[in-house]
Amino acid sequence: MYMKKRDLISITDYSREEYLRIMELAAEFEKNPNQDLLKGKVVASLFFEPSTRTRLSFETAISRLGGRIIGIADPGSSSVTKGETLHDTIKMVTNYADLIVMRHPLEGAARYAAEVATVPVINAGDGANQHPTQTLLDMYSILKTQGRLDNLNIFMVGDLKYGRTVHSLLMAMSEFENQIFNFIAPEELLMPEEYKIHLRERGIRYFEHLEFTDIISAADIIYMTRVQKERFSDPIEYEKVKNVYILREKMLRNTKSNVRVLHPLPRVNEIHTDVDSSEKAYYFEQALNGVFTREAIIAHILGLK
Amino acid sequence: MKDSTKKKLKLKVSAIKDGTVIDHIPAQNLFNVITILGLNKIDNQITFGTNLESDKLGSKAIIKVSDKFFADDEINKIALIAPHAKLNIIRDYMVTEKRVVEVPDNVTGIVKCFNPKCITNNEVIVTRFRVISKEPLALKCCYCEKITDEAHLKVI
Repeated sequence: MYMKKRDLISITDYSREEYLRIMELAAEFEKNPNQDLLKGKVVASLFFEPSTRTRLSFETAISRLGGRIIGIADPGSSSVTKGETLHDTIKMVTNYADLIVMRHPLEGAARYAAEVATVPVINAGDGANQHPTQTLLDMYSILKTQGRLDNLNIFMVGDLKYGRTVHSLLMAMSEFENQIFNFIAPEELLMPEEYKIHLRERGIRYFEHLEFTDIISAADIIYMTRVQKERFSDPIEYEKVKNVYILREKMLRNTKSNVRVLHPLPRVNEIHTDVDSSEKAYYFEQALNGVFTREAIIAHILGLK
Repeated sequence: MKDSTKKKLKLKVSAIKDGTVIDHIPAQNLFNVITILGLNKIDNQITFGTNLESDKLGSKAIIKVSDKFFADDEINKIALIAPHAKLNIIRDYMVTEKRVVEVPDNVTGIVKCFNPKCITNNEVIVTRFRVISKEPLALKCCYCEKITDEAHLKVI
């Protein structure tokens, strides 16, 4: 029987049921991370731009599932430098591997690779476009710390204009009931209109704030992002806001006991190191959740469970 | 339009026996329309006029193609750059049918994605868009997911 292959390119490719299925599998893998489900299988890990954190997380997940890894870790030493097209690289690799995990600097590269490949493709980041496995691990972190994915007050802080992680998280979390979103960003980096339209169409409440103040006392989740200097056309504007959106431990004192601080990492200075020792800091555990979530995604895509 | 101009126009763009007249094309997009419809690659007799006066468009172009009748999905491709185009289907010198163009739901291979970091602008790939709004026009790239609007629309 012909089965259409399943890829993971964009977070909106998946339904709410699939999100929940992956959460369920991730919890299973957390209890028992070493399972030989990928035994005898080869996974291609193609990183056309360096991303040590994501690559190690994926390769750990594959190793814990007993799979073998072939791939590109350093694009500088691969056939790409000889001018080979993405099309040709994927055509070759799809003959070798059972699954392709791909990171690429160009937007849409993962969707294109999935069209060319005959084996499933997992997008590990395509430029500023999508990074769906990050979103699923964020969701797993929320589920683990809050015990639910609905009825949450989610604060997103920092660069909400260009930050792909907050956009994808918003899209995924808006599939669940009774959410409230709070956006804290400077004028230059506000949440784009298309996402606010999406929320309005679904009747989901959201609030926008320019100041990072004690309004966070209502939060269940504080999702911090980096305010990146290169996003600003005017360096003076960057100087004005760069130290405004810094989370410090004392700001968490009047917050709810269940609140957790998430961050896709790497952080620069937007979370002060004094937050690290707070029980409300969750960003390092969040990174570990990435391994279980990626094991779950691989098992789901290949139908191993 | 003055009567004398009307007469002149009639002389310049002669009537056809059978075929299609595409009217109300924005003058600046005439050659794009020709390319999109592949009129530069067929042997039919074609007459076109451009920079003609138009109350609606300011300056319009018109194309008359003999012995050619377009399918809906074929002609709708020009809706992106000539949204007000009108078609007169001619049989035996008579207008037998009038049609308007409609922006399609999906656009394949006509328009360039405006995002320079899109894979379609960096490898040889046929572009694909989903039309998320017809008025004003907004096309979402199926690859990079960025939206190309009317102001950034470029025909390949």
